[in-house]
Parts: sequence; C-alpha cells; structure tokens
Amino acid sequence: MREASLKNASVVTLRINGREVTVPVGTSVAAALAMMDSFVSRADLSGRPRGPLCGMGVCFECRATIDGVPEVLMCLTPCREDQTVVTDA
Amino acid sequence: MREVCDLVVVGAGPGGLAAACRAAEAGLDVLVLDAQPEPGGQVWRGEARKGSNRLARRWLTRFSASGARFRPGARVIAAPEPGVLLVEEASSSFAVRYGRAVLATGARERFLPFPGWTLPGVLGVSGLQVLVKDGLPIEGKRVVLAGTGPLLLVAAATIHAHGGEVLYIAEQASAASHWGFALQLWRQPAKLLQGALMSAKLVSVPTSTDAWVTAAEGERRLEAVRLSVRGREEHLHCDYLGAAYGLVPNLEVARLLGCETSAGAVVVDDRLETRVPKVHAVGELLGIGGVDQALVTGALAGLVAAEQPVPLELERSWHRVRTFAAQLARHDAPRAELLRLAAPDTLLCRCEDVPMSALEGCQNLREARLYARLGMGACQGRTCGTAAQALFGWSGEDVRPPCLPARIGSLRLPSDVSSTHTRES
Repeated sequence: MREASLKNASVVTLRINGREVTVPVGTSVAAALAMMDSFVSRADLSGRPRGPLCGMGVCFECRATIDGVPEVLMCLTPCREDQTVVTDA
Repeated sequence: MREVCDLVVVGAGPGGLAAACRAAEAGLDVLVLDAQPEPGGQVWRGEARKGSNRLARRWLTRFSASGARFRPGARVIAAPEPGVLLVEEASSSFAVRYGRAVLATGARERFLPFPGWTLPGVLGVSGLQVLVKDGLPIEGKRVVLAGTGPLLLVAAATIHAHGGEVLYIAEQASAASHWGFALQLWRQPAKLLQGALMSAKLVSVPTSTDAWVTAAEGERRLEAVRLSVRGREEHLHCDYLGAAYGLVPNLEVARLLGCETSAGAVVVDDRLETRVPKVHAVGELLGIGGVDQALVTGALAGLVAAEQPVPLELERSWHRVRTFAAQLARHDAPRAELLRLAAPDTLLCRCEDVPMSALEGCQNLREARLYARLGMGACQGRTCGTAAQALFGWSGEDVRPPCLPARIGSLRLPSDVSSTHTRES
C-alpha cells in the first residue's frame, strides 16, 4: 500500500493524442511530447511537421489543446494526472 | 476580477524575485506575475521543486517568506491606462491596479534562420536545456550545440549531466574574441569558477570557435547537421540540435507601457526608473548581463520602490556587472556569415510560413508585415522580428495590445478598476 502511494506521488499519467504516457512529477507537457513516437507539436500551413523550439513560451510552436482549452503552450504547462493533450499535428 | 497592490513585479526570475523580496520586506504589498507555473525564471527553472542550486534555493526561500503574493501562469496582455495591467490566466483574467511597477521580463534566445531550422528536433540552445531540465529524455541521445557565449557551455553541462551525448559544441565567435572574453572573466570571480567547472566536465567534447551550423537535415524530424568549422565542413548525425546566438531582452511589456528603448534595451535613470514615471526595469531589460545583474538591479529597484536607502555597495556592484554585460554583448554579436545562411525558400516567419524570398523589395518591418505577413502570427514577431533585426537592421515597431494572443473577454476593463475610482487604502 505504502509503495503504491509513493509511486502515485512521484509519477503522473496523461494522454497525448489518445496515447497514455507516464512521466515523473514536474515534467512539462512539451518534455513529455518527446517521449512519443514523434516530437511533433503541429503542422505548418503546408502540412510539414513542427516541434517545440524555444521552450520558454516565446515561439508558440508548441501550442495545443490541453483539457479542452485551445492554444495552450505545452512548454509552460506541467503534466497532471488524467490531463488530455491534443495537438493539431 | 481585480488585484490592488503597491508594487507589481512582472517576471519571477532572479531580478523580479530580488525586487519583490526587498520591497515586501520593507512593508509594501507586492504582487508578482509570471507566465511559468513556478517562480525562478528561465535560469532557475525547476529549482522551486529541485532545490539543487544554492543561490536559487536561498532566493526562493526568501521570496516565499517575504510576504509577496505570487500569481503563476499569469501573462500581461494590455495596459489600458497608467497604473493598470490586464492579465490573462489559464481560463480567466483579471486587472491589476498598482502604485509602482518593476518590469523583470528577462530575455529570449536570438534565432537566426538556416536551411532546415523548422525541423522538429531543432531547438534553441537554452530551449533544449530547459526542456531537458523539464524532463525531456536525453539519455543516450546525440546532441549538437551551436551558439555563443557562456550559455552554450551551461547548456552543454546540463545535457551532459542528464546523460546526453554532446557530439559537438560550435562557438560562433572568433578565437581571438572568445579567448579575449574568457581572459576578462577574472574580474568576475563567480563566473570564472562556473566557467572552469563547466570546462572540466566537458573536456572530452569537441569544441571549436569560428564554428556554426549551416543546415539541418531530415524528413519528419532532425537526422543530421552540417557545420562550418574554421572553414571546413563537418557532417554529423544527431537526434537534437540546439542552435541560437545569444539572448535579446523581452521588451514587449516595457514597450506596451510606453517605456523608451535604445539599442535594444530599456532606458532607465540611476534609480532604474524608465521614462514612464513609477515604472522600473531590471535585469536583462537593461542589456543582457545574466543572474548577477538581475539580482543587483532587482534589489536596487525593490529598495527604490519601497523608498529605502540604497547601499553604496549595491551601486558599485551594478557598475561592475555593466562592464561584464558590455563585454558579453561584443562577444555574442552574431558574425556576418550567420546572416547569410538562409536560402530563398528558408522560412523566416515560422508562424505565417514567410520565406526569405517573399521579403524581396521590402524596406522595413512595416512593409514586410503588410506585404508578406511577417510577424503577423501567433508569436507576434517575437522570433522573426529578432532575426529580421539582425538580418536587415529592421527595428521593432510599437507594441499594440494585446501583446500576446488573448481571449476577447480578457481585454474588457472591469468597471471597478476604471480611473474614476481611487484606490482604497
């Protein structure tokens, strides 16, 4: 029991484009994106892939819909339990 | 919703924290706003949880005991009248009525376009570093870093410490400029020590001055980079590239408030007050100078805001850090070759997909906006505007509200904040 609660306290599980990913507490959503098959946060106007660039909330390349709120920057958002992230990639 | 305070501090990096601590400890009601979920800024990102950096821990502990209030995830989007800011949070917004303001909005990286720089896996130097600090798995990944100045080594040290394989560090500065700068660091004991520690950890990593990335290659993500190293070409397969050339101050909020800027920095007097009364600027806004400058100027502005005497030693420290900042600016200035890397089809504006070729005939930023949509996208020219400044000498135009993409409802000034109401005491 105690082990389970410790484990629960140190990791969170979220969903990025429908796929579950479990990360240590304190991981940003942009960092969690790098654990997926591709490090793609959006498509440009010609459909070519883009990924996070600045990591600091400046470039807006990592914007996504997080828990239903559109245009949220993944690099400024910590991962939370049961969070849902949808990219437009 | 609204907030009322004696002092609002915009930015919770070292400069903002120092200002907030000094002012709150002197009895002011201080409100600190920051877009990040935790205080610490970029340089102390994650330290609020980890506590591994002693200086960061000391300031963050002091901050939480100071009595200053902290609003994480808060972005300033407009300044509808003197003494009022409109601020947006995740799903709500509020107005702040303040007596004085300290702007401590820090800096961002200077990106310069080169073929392939839009591929996933190509990030900034500090951009990659902060994502690694935030948990991006870097163990066993091959990394190339191209940039300039001390930040390049700081990023390499972080990536190395997290198990990343740093294949190459390309420093754009010439050997003469670079070693000249390094030799000047003896005047800055703390920095010299940092430099020595970092070099010791990274002795096995190939490093060169007069070196930069000329192209990134790959299909759906980065697969390899081409470097120019002292005139010869290197080709390296890698998983991540960090490429950016120094820092530039985040001037948007200062400009929004009407502060005068000159040579890419906010103009202040010896009390760090901008040309707008009761608005101060600290840290990187005064010209890139790092943590030391941020702490010294933050403390100074906090004392001034609280009408406390400023110790002579603090003023002396400020002049010392200015000397370092001036040397850093000369070292980090991008060399001419970096301004010629982009091909006609290389995108300059990543938000609106504006290639270099679309800017032919444009004389200034205004024409580039009107005719080619440069800087008209989500980041509002924060990335391409800085590049266009370096590439073409085009300087930024006035900042108009909202200075970040915002919900329409966030721009409405709550009726109880309008200027006809006086602040309740």
